[in-house]
Amino acid sequence: MAAVFDPIIAKPAPARRSNAWRWARRHLFGNPASTLTTLALLALAVWLLPQALSWAFTHAVWRADEPACQAARGSGACWGAVTEKHRLIVLGRYPFEAQWRPIAATLLLFALLMVSCVRACWHWWLLPAWIAGLAVFFVLMGGGVFGLARVRTDQWGGLPLTVMLATFSIALAFPISIAVALGRRSRLPAISSLCVIYVELIRGVPLISVLFMASFMFPLLLPPGTSPDVLLRVLVGITLFAAAYMAEIVRAGLQSVPRGQIEAAAAVGLSPWQTQRLVVLPQALAAVVPSLMNNFISIFKDTSLITIVSLYELTGSLGLALNGDPLWRPYKIEGYLFISIIYFGICFAMSRYSLWVEAQLARGNRR
Amino acid sequence: MSSPPSPGSVVGSPARKPPPRRRAWTWRNPNLRGWVYQALALLVLAGLIGWLARNTHVNMAARGIQSGWDFLLQTAGFDIGERPISFESVDPYWRAFLVGLLNTLRVAVVGIVLSTLIGIALGVSRFSHNALLRGLSYGYVETFRNVPILVQLLLWYVLLLEGLPEATEPLTLPGGWFLSKAGLAFPWWRNGAEGWQWSLPVPEGFAFEGGLTLSPEYLAVLFGLVFYTAAFIAEVVRGGIAAVPRGQVEAAQSIGLSGAQTTRLVILPQALRVIVPPLTNQYLNLTKNSSLAVAIGYPDVVSIANTTLNQTGRAVECIAIVMAVYLTTSLATSALMNAWNRRVAIKER
Repeated sequence: MAAVFDPIIAKPAPARRSNAWRWARRHLFGNPASTLTTLALLALAVWLLPQALSWAFTHAVWRADEPACQAARGSGACWGAVTEKHRLIVLGRYPFEAQWRPIAATLLLFALLMVSCVRACWHWWLLPAWIAGLAVFFVLMGGGVFGLARVRTDQWGGLPLTVMLATFSIALAFPISIAVALGRRSRLPAISSLCVIYVELIRGVPLISVLFMASFMFPLLLPPGTSPDVLLRVLVGITLFAAAYMAEIVRAGLQSVPRGQIEAAAAVGLSPWQTQRLVVLPQALAAVVPSLMNNFISIFKDTSLITIVSLYELTGSLGLALNGDPLWRPYKIEGYLFISIIYFGICFAMSRYSLWVEAQLARGNRR
Repeated sequence: MSSPPSPGSVVGSPARKPPPRRRAWTWRNPNLRGWVYQALALLVLAGLIGWLARNTHVNMAARGIQSGWDFLLQTAGFDIGERPISFESVDPYWRAFLVGLLNTLRVAVVGIVLSTLIGIALGVSRFSHNALLRGLSYGYVETFRNVPILVQLLLWYVLLLEGLPEATEPLTLPGGWFLSKAGLAFPWWRNGAEGWQWSLPVPEGFAFEGGLTLSPEYLAVLFGLVFYTAAFIAEVVRGGIAAVPRGQVEAAQSIGLSGAQTTRLVILPQALRVIVPPLTNQYLNLTKNSSLAVAIGYPDVVSIANTTLNQTGRAVECIAIVMAVYLTTSLATSALMNAWNRRVAIKER
């Protein structure tokens, strides 16, 4: 008798048994130690959060009302200090009636940065767009043409200065860093040791000493009679500093390109320069995008140091706004928290963007 | 498949004469070109340095700026609030720089120890079974990493000045510790009349008598550096632990190692290999970031150099001292950490 094939009816897939309760049992009360930790952290939150919330929101004074702030002192934040001084904090000492100019210039710079971040816009026309955009930026900030009043660079300040310094030093340091990284790997001993000395010297000293050098020593180093703008000197200082760190990152990328790639390029008849430009550098730079983005974030944060050499970028202009006014001087905590939120927002966005770029570049390897 | 024909044996074409030997002294010789490029680079550099030196010389003469190291022996004429060694305003500049250097080291060494402890705790808790702890650690790292260290230092300083009780009525902590606007005072050894002995702090007017007092400036710099660097160290530790393949842990469990043994014998030795080089970088960063103490008036070496520069106008010398100090510290730290790295690095044949 022929056996009739009688398939066993397939079991239904197990129901997805994940709900909030199961998740909590697994991740919050998984074992006694975990339960204890959860309870301790919850107790801490119950104790601290109401106090923090009441200080920051419910008992806070939002109007620029100094007597009310004085009354709420200790129990509630005085965001009124920020309300009162927000233009001075964000824009620095820029002439009050012309403040639409730095706002427009900064929005333009942000727009350029955002466009450059979108993959669909990675075209050749980005370069002329940047050149035109930066020209407009300087015309708006500096004035002197098209009927715009002249504003000297020592009056520039706040967020526009921070964003400008970060953008420019990154843009200028990048080509230098590639040159130094290539130079450090050169087989010519004089070239490579010069690059090593430059990189190690800069990386061994704090940025603040480079800035002191830019502010006190550069005027001595240049020909008598020339006194370059302090902003320009500081920009040169930050650029030289950033380039040394970036050069090490680029060098790590160059090392990650397999030797066979260079040999293959030579085999198809590319010249050494073509090999670097078309084969080695694209792969090297793609490999170090996360580190480069981290470095960009730290350059952005490092621009806050120029307040020590008396330029009023975001951190400096906060000091300017609150130290200079005895009425609002006691509310510096609120001011520092305000600029911390601005810095955090920009840096956090940059780090999220770096994760996205990383994923985009990794797509090719996944296939 | 036949083997590729060797050169010269190609059928139908007579063997060519070998190409003439290249003459050594032509532009096509890469060695010669290399030498020319290097000579040019060095010449340009020497010219640049000479030009800068000449400019400096002319500028200094025109502005009547003195140069030389003789000022180090002159009387400093300023007081230093915090001095690990005795210092009076009649002492010379070199002693002021020494005080500054000791202050820098004092904050850097304590900062390195504390930020390592906090950083490891945070990095390890990213792998906790507890979701709250994981989230808290992640939130901490993102918050402290994305705000400039200078803003954090200033914020800590303002918080301490605002939050601490007046010096005349200090907060009494258990164990003979006191906290007020005059700083944090705790029992410590002191060199008194009868040599080194354990001494307890006693509030005396606006300061503390006995024990060891850490000023609010020192605490602000320390807190700023520690909480900022701990966020970076946490990421380094997390990366190191994440780099240990999961199979290693499973293998350790399968041969019956306990949880603690797995950590000590399997995870840690492999994670340290990945952790130590970037950890070195963080230590160097912390030491260099301690120079920001100048912003809140903690008398570190940069702050002393800044004061000296303003008093004497010896910009080149003062900046050179600061750079030399940090270069030496950086090189010493990296040498130390490289030695440790060699110990933990993978031993291959």
